[in-house]
Amino acid sequence: MISSVAVEHLSVSYYGKEAVKDVSFAIAPGKLVGVIGPNGAGKSTLLKAVLGLIPKDNGQIVILNKDRKDIRKKIAYVPQRSDIDWDFPISVIDTVLIGSYPRLGMFKKPKKQDKEFAIHCLEKVQMQDFKNRQIGELSGGQQQRVFIARALAQQAEVFFLDEPFVGIDIGSEETIIRILKELECQGKTILVVHHDLSKAKDYFQQVLLLNQELVEFGDVDDVMQPETIIRAYQGQLSFLKELGVKA
Amino acid sequence: MNFLEAIMHYEFLEKALLTSVMVGIICGVIGCFIVLRGMALMGDAISHAVLPGVAVSYFLGINFFFGAVFTGVLTAIGIGYISQNSRIKNDSSIGIVFSAAFALGIILITLMKSSTDLYHILFGNVLAVRSSDMWMTLIIGLIVLVSVYVFYKELLVTSFDPTMAQAYGLPTKLIHYFLMTLLTMVTVASLQTVGIILVVAMLITPASTAYLLTNRLSTMIFLSAGFGTIASVIGLYISYKANLASGATIVLVAATMFVVTFIFSPKHGVLWKKIRTRRKRASYS
Repeated sequence: MISSVAVEHLSVSYYGKEAVKDVSFAIAPGKLVGVIGPNGAGKSTLLKAVLGLIPKDNGQIVILNKDRKDIRKKIAYVPQRSDIDWDFPISVIDTVLIGSYPRLGMFKKPKKQDKEFAIHCLEKVQMQDFKNRQIGELSGGQQQRVFIARALAQQAEVFFLDEPFVGIDIGSEETIIRILKELECQGKTILVVHHDLSKAKDYFQQVLLLNQELVEFGDVDDVMQPETIIRAYQGQLSFLKELGVKA
Repeated sequence: MNFLEAIMHYEFLEKALLTSVMVGIICGVIGCFIVLRGMALMGDAISHAVLPGVAVSYFLGINFFFGAVFTGVLTAIGIGYISQNSRIKNDSSIGIVFSAAFALGIILITLMKSSTDLYHILFGNVLAVRSSDMWMTLIIGLIVLVSVYVFYKELLVTSFDPTMAQAYGLPTKLIHYFLMTLLTMVTVASLQTVGIILVVAMLITPASTAYLLTNRLSTMIFLSAGFGTIASVIGLYISYKANLASGATIVLVAATMFVVTFIFSPKHGVLWKKIRTRRKRASYS
């Protein structure tokens, strides 16, 4: 099978304490995948290890049939909103232009066509009217849309998003999910770390259920079964009862 | 004799002015990245850590530039190593390493040279700038400005979003140490104008003043260099007129500009913020 993101026996630990244990999965191109699991399940850790941001203890990562290092310019990463310094002196359009940096490489500066493309990406997320605003002057949803535009400007093949729907308005959430589904149709692979179980069925085609180990990976309807979810969320049963999930 | 005539008349004053203007510019430029990366304490540390390098250079009879860059970068590496490999927080590891390096420097200098030299290195003596010092400052200034121009994109993205920078393959650690090297060079260039102890003021005060006035990095860099220059010129003038220590007067001028901006800046000044809040509240009554 041709896979877009293939991970084999991935283990990551922080000073000997295991955060991700022996995780293997292979995602085909053109899939929108939700990475779901309880707090401390290692969702962000998994994403960061696949991106090569933190060292792994063991395992292999192959993206688009290449070693991650040879393909990393084609991987877009949308960080958690809390990771960004919103007081940084940068405008919306300049933030999106950063998406062109991997393509440009060192020494070259963005040219006119890069700027035009950045504006085009802003139009896709309906943020073109805000292009000269400083990023801290935007609402949470608008900020998230700007970072989606930056990922689009990177013209990536694989997209990683870390909790993109936290603290944003419903309109922005709908815009973002529409764009992610468009990317899916274009054959791109998208991994989204997400904590809201209720919307997983509407948003994702496949789900990767994680609780340090891989609990289940597959089509959303197969994975989002009560017994599977309970296996992932052991110890947080009271929370599940509130949601009305029965074992 | 007024200041301008004195500059024409005395070569030492002309050199002092040119050197402090260059120092004002490069401190302002590098300072922007120090401020935006939240590394003000690191800037202070590196500038102090230059001292043992200067001492050893005297001892070996080489230009103190080389020794200073060596100990400056070594300190940056030491600080990074301690905070990444233990539970010691970054600010503590900065404090441990730079105070040790500084103490070592004081002992080395007093062993080798008179205490007058130590005083000049610590507090600067801009009127004693020699031609060779002026040229060194100019060369360092050119290296710094060209580096920032060439690597502007990389410095921007590693300051703003280091995670993305790392994800697409930028050597973020190398860029960090590159910036630390530039910082050490700037410190060396500033030794004679403001001295080791007060370099940090020239790095962060003009840059922070600029930060309160603009929302664009490129504008911030130009403003910061401008404020650094103005502080240098006015500070030197006051120091000449009133016969005060040049480094201290330059720093106080920079601080005065900061205070004025802090109060009156149209975007981020406390006065306008108060007025806007009051107007908003008044609109409800």
